Amino acid sequence: MNMKTTILGTTVGFGLLVGLASAAMAEEITIATVNNGDMVRMQKLAPQWEQETGNTINWVVLEENVLRQNVTTDISTGGGQYDIMTIGTYEAPIWGKNGWLTSLEDGMSDDWNKDDLLPAIAGGLTVDGTLYAAPFYGESSMVMYRKDLMEKAGLEMPEAPTWDFIREAAQKMTDRDADINGICARGKAGWGENMAFLTAMSNSFGARWFDMDWKPQFDSEEWKNTIDFYLGMMEESGPAGAANNGFNENLTLFQQGKCGMWIDATVAASFVTNPTDSTVADQVGFALAPDNGLGKRGNWLWAWSLAIPSSSKKVDVSKDFISWATGQSYTELVAGEEGWANVPPGTRKSLYENQEYLDAAPFAKMTLDSINSADPQNPSVQEVPYTGVQFVAIPEFAGIGTQVGQQFSDALAGNQTAEQALENAQSITSEEMEAAGY
Amino acid sequence: MARAISPRKKMMWTVLAWFFGLLIFFPILWTFLTSFKAEAVAIADPPVWFFFDWTTENYTAVLGRSNYPLALMNSIVIAVGSTLLGIIIAVPAAWAMAFVPGRRTKDVLMWMLSTKMLPAVGVLYPLVLIAKYFNVMDSRILLVVILMLINLPIIVWMLYTYFREIPGEILEAARMDGASLRNEIIYVLTPMAVPGIASTILLNIILAWNEAFWTIILTTVSAAPLTKFISSFSAPEGLFYAKLSAASIMAIAPILVMGWFSQKQLVRGLTFGAVK
Repeated sequence: MNMKTTILGTTVGFGLLVGLASAAMAEEITIATVNNGDMVRMQKLAPQWEQETGNTINWVVLEENVLRQNVTTDISTGGGQYDIMTIGTYEAPIWGKNGWLTSLEDGMSDDWNKDDLLPAIAGGLTVDGTLYAAPFYGESSMVMYRKDLMEKAGLEMPEAPTWDFIREAAQKMTDRDADINGICARGKAGWGENMAFLTAMSNSFGARWFDMDWKPQFDSEEWKNTIDFYLGMMEESGPAGAANNGFNENLTLFQQGKCGMWIDATVAASFVTNPTDSTVADQVGFALAPDNGLGKRGNWLWAWSLAIPSSSKKVDVSKDFISWATGQSYTELVAGEEGWANVPPGTRKSLYENQEYLDAAPFAKMTLDSINSADPQNPSVQEVPYTGVQFVAIPEFAGIGTQVGQQFSDALAGNQTAEQALENAQSITSEEMEAAGY
Repeated sequence: MARAISPRKKMMWTVLAWFFGLLIFFPILWTFLTSFKAEAVAIADPPVWFFFDWTTENYTAVLGRSNYPLALMNSIVIAVGSTLLGIIIAVPAAWAMAFVPGRRTKDVLMWMLSTKMLPAVGVLYPLVLIAKYFNVMDSRILLVVILMLINLPIIVWMLYTYFREIPGEILEAARMDGASLRNEIIYVLTPMAVPGIASTILLNIILAWNEAFWTIILTTVSAAPLTKFISSFSAPEGLFYAKLSAASIMAIAPILVMGWFSQKQLVRGLTFGAVK
């Protein structure tokens, strides 16, 4: 063998080795997520992480319920199709408890500061002291209102209104001839739709889903007051066909100037103040969700978070991506590319200490106050055996919540009375809970 | 002799036919129009019909965010593959039931149809576990087989109905001329049943194209067809109607064009036998 061949052989061999080594290091991960604005932005910016690390991402973007179905099937069969998934505050504690998720207590990058997370948000993603999901953006609910209509009604919105004030203001703002409805609120049936609103509202009326023996409480005076108040207010001042309205329908109504007030997710603030889509962008004011003087406000708590299923075989790379996407430097990256108003809100204390953000997002303080005032461990005035503000963190809740939601949606549509709806809700919940062995 | 229809009556029927035609076509037209609107215009109330700033930005956004060519190719392979595989299995089955029926043939046919009554979710876990065992999750071959199994009862039923219209004597004559069973099916029966087979193929391609339970749940990236592509454009928080419409138009366009070109064949096949 001559010298030339030896050198050639060595060079080729070395090249192959380097190639193999880098191929072994670079991994491909699959991320399942929902199609919310902040997630789409993350997908757009992710190539930066891919370039930095040499890894690649397969994105699977799905409708919320389809995502839930896909992901549950995958996890429960140990499919391992997904390495990272977007989950909510409802799933995190249940799936964490089932051993379906990988702990994020270690292995995250050094600059991913866990202590910087808002305690209320991190608390909702923690089971027995272990964090199972990293919050990507957090939200609560609050009142969004039209300053011009409020002024016309001769009223001034307090920073922390009561339900009575909201009802009175709604009546005064309503002008059916001009197609203006004093109040817009969710009516579409679903555990994450009308039941998110009504459960949070019921907390401020002193109601609860279950007593300490897991007995359903829809036959209580507190629930009756909640539903009577809700139906009464919506009848006086709500839009026509309110029983079909969810987040997007109410957003549309508000943006087109057809709502005096809208009580919904804090994340809506950036939509209603965006002049491209909203005709009332410069007239929007914010207030805390209403209360009844009982010590609890009617606001909820939710965080879209990133978690790693226990079936994933690429845990290290996945943790690296989550550290990047939910870390402080990502916030700065978004601010640099798209402005401070577009950074994912509601997860980190440091964001609310950043003057640039506070200047760019007029709703920032209200969002933070709303999030801080929600307590998933003690959601109601009374003692409860469950966690979750606008939901009950048990696997059966999604089914029960949706069935109960149908009853209240039906009552809102005028197909049955409040009493009938509550009676049905009580019997549905009792049956389901009994069948589930509670 | 054909019955004479007065011009007035004829016009009335024409108007009525157009009315129902447009009524059925309306959702597609509305989706098409919405796909060219800005998100804020798409949800405007009262609705905006034709006079708005037409924009192709939704199509650009949809194409920029997802791999449309891959999804399209997957849909084509899965729909055509599952249908052809189904036909290969169903032709002999339908032949047997149409020309050599036994005492229990009717029961077998009903039993086959009854499998369509089974809620898909009932067999979700066993199928996922089997797919996992054979390491075929997220593969086209898995969906080809599953969709073939799902549509097989319909394919057999349709072919059975068409085959029954063909006189058994012709096959007998072929047999007397010395044709083997294989040749009888391939060279005598199949050519005579071409319209029926063609419409069965077309209808099943459409059914497989639109199937949105298994195709979404058994795929992630590599085998994900257009149903999964559409599903990615709806959002729980935020406006999405215009982009969803653009994605829907892109997903239905190929099958719509196919339907257009094969309209005659499809109608002929579907009404085959009914007018005798």
